[in-house]
Amino acid sequence: MEFITIIQVLDSTLRLSTPLLLACLAGLYSERAGIFDIGLEGKMLIAALFSAAVAYTSGNVWVGMLAGIGASLALSLIHGLASITFRGNQLISGVAINFLASGMSVLVAQSWFKQGGRTPSLKGDARFEPIELPGALTRIRDIAEANPLMQVYSELISGHTIIVYLSLLLVPLTWWVLFRTRFGLRMRAVGENPAAVDTAGVSVVWLRFSAVLICGVLCGIAGAYLATALQAQFVKEMTAGRGFIALAALIFAKWRPWSALWACLLFGLLQAIAVRFQNIQVGEFTIPVQFMEALPYILTVVILAGFIGKAIPPRAGGEPYVKER
Amino acid sequence: MDKMPKWADAVLVPLFSLILAALLSALVILAIGEDPIAAFKLMVNGALMRSAGWGYTLYYATNFIFTGLAVSVAFHARLFNIGGEGQAMLGGLGVAMACLYIPWPHWALALLGSATLAALFGAAWALIPAYLQAKRGSHVVITTIMFNYIAFSLLGYMLVNVLRPPGAGDPASEKFHASTHLPTFQDMFATPDNPLFRSAPANVSFFLALAACVFVYILIWRTRLGYEIRHFGHSQTAALYAGTNGTRITVIAMLISGALAGLMAVNTTQGEAERLILNSTEGAGFIGIAVALMGRNHPFGVLLAALLFGFLYQGGAELALWTTIPVQLIMVIQALVILFTGALDNMVRMPLEKLFLALRKDTPSKNGETL
Repeated sequence: MEFITIIQVLDSTLRLSTPLLLACLAGLYSERAGIFDIGLEGKMLIAALFSAAVAYTSGNVWVGMLAGIGASLALSLIHGLASITFRGNQLISGVAINFLASGMSVLVAQSWFKQGGRTPSLKGDARFEPIELPGALTRIRDIAEANPLMQVYSELISGHTIIVYLSLLLVPLTWWVLFRTRFGLRMRAVGENPAAVDTAGVSVVWLRFSAVLICGVLCGIAGAYLATALQAQFVKEMTAGRGFIALAALIFAKWRPWSALWACLLFGLLQAIAVRFQNIQVGEFTIPVQFMEALPYILTVVILAGFIGKAIPPRAGGEPYVKER
Repeated sequence: MDKMPKWADAVLVPLFSLILAALLSALVILAIGEDPIAAFKLMVNGALMRSAGWGYTLYYATNFIFTGLAVSVAFHARLFNIGGEGQAMLGGLGVAMACLYIPWPHWALALLGSATLAALFGAAWALIPAYLQAKRGSHVVITTIMFNYIAFSLLGYMLVNVLRPPGAGDPASEKFHASTHLPTFQDMFATPDNPLFRSAPANVSFFLALAACVFVYILIWRTRLGYEIRHFGHSQTAALYAGTNGTRITVIAMLISGALAGLMAVNTTQGEAERLILNSTEGAGFIGIAVALMGRNHPFGVLLAALLFGFLYQGGAELALWTTIPVQLIMVIQALVILFTGALDNMVRMPLEKLFLALRKDTPSKNGETL
């Protein structure tokens, strides 16, 4: 295999990992605060629709992204209302949110654009353009002839949209917020032992709602990235299970920000390989493309089974907090 | 103290949730620019006023009975089996194995064989998540979600590389042999001068679904095992203290649940498509969640809720055919039903409980007992 091919696969890994990473960090905030969220998929989907639709009508991708974040926040509020205020089942609420997003996204797209549940293609300012770093080569021919270091710089490091760089910066930021700020400490505490936080005079409801809303914002950015950067329109069910891969990555990373980055890069790499090579020949044996697709889920089950390290979720996760029993 | 009589809990709470969901859906239809009342009439006409409409409604209902029962059996042991979709896919694989590789002399024997394999395959797909939940403490919701995706990949691999006849383009198995074709309602009930259920897919597996309802009722409320399942679901610690083997109950409840979900494939794969296709489950595994919640985990409730969702699916298809309302409206209704009956249950229940308490205060009981 040529060096440039490896670089190209890594380049597409980075692009495919970005939505996973954003959604995974979103889930990290929510679950660290004790609110399970299997509705990441739905929030991304509704954000993808609204960002593409508003970016198309307004011609400005940033306005589109704001609309996407708004839509995702609306679903977050429903999740918060159900699981915090009314102490409902967080898993069932997540399932409902996924269906609501699947149905509503197509309904809205169809009634606004009448193109079979998709938005028109986005052009120009209506989508995120790649940023060429200074001195990077842009033509494929030039890159292929350049020296390896230049190839890495031009192909892998340069030429991504701003969200890719932003999502990478979010990893240290999340680590800092969680482990170096008072808010982070309280948030982690509310996911482990909400009664203790309550006794200390800090509002459990407020903390959990803010975690759920941060989760909504990040899912919104992830959805906007899918529809306006990775692709140039909204299509039906375009998240294609990414919310659940992100959830898998979160477990794989044992709810830690830096590990989340590595897990998402790993799962992104698997996706990139599946996209590029289809079936892979290893000597006599052929690895089918379906195996590569299923690998993130299989790895997660293995991790969950606790045979390779143990994934222990936040202790109060999934439990509604009742002040007095 | 009971805040609400039992009948109110079983009937009023789902009913109010349904009304809320219907009102919100009507708003959605208005926002699209269609008339909700006309839309409802169209749904009723398409799904219930002709026998062919009933044929589709009952066909969908058959799927939802199986998956609804699957979810509710697991719910009784307080396990949330979200993996009905994957278990039904594996059930489909079982049906295909039975129908493709065994020369059945008669459809009744073929039904017996395929149902057995479908149940076995579905149960097998629930076994690993069940074992991991019971022994390793990994959350069954997450593992069953993962198993749904693994099942989809496995099915894709089997269809593309193993079952696809040589030269065929789409990922699907060969057509099953004619001796395995199940009699449809048209075959059973139509007479030359009264052509009922014309070309509707409802078939004999509907009766299998009814039998499954009876089976689940007897299992849960009339057997020792069912008692143990309910006991374990109500209070794990009490059940363990009473000598119930938690691992055994978790695994058995999930196996039964998986088997029921797998049985759904008899209806779709053998009854309707008569070959194995990639998307034969069509999300019915997930609708089972709504059906179980709506039906309050009781087989009779599940039956009613499955009929309701069958009506919604057939009516929704009619709407998509005759109006500008896309078929995804049904998904929205389904989401709202899950939201109100499942997650926002307390929002519906609390005002009702207050109402009943207020009513009780107004009418003091005859013996002058204090409540």
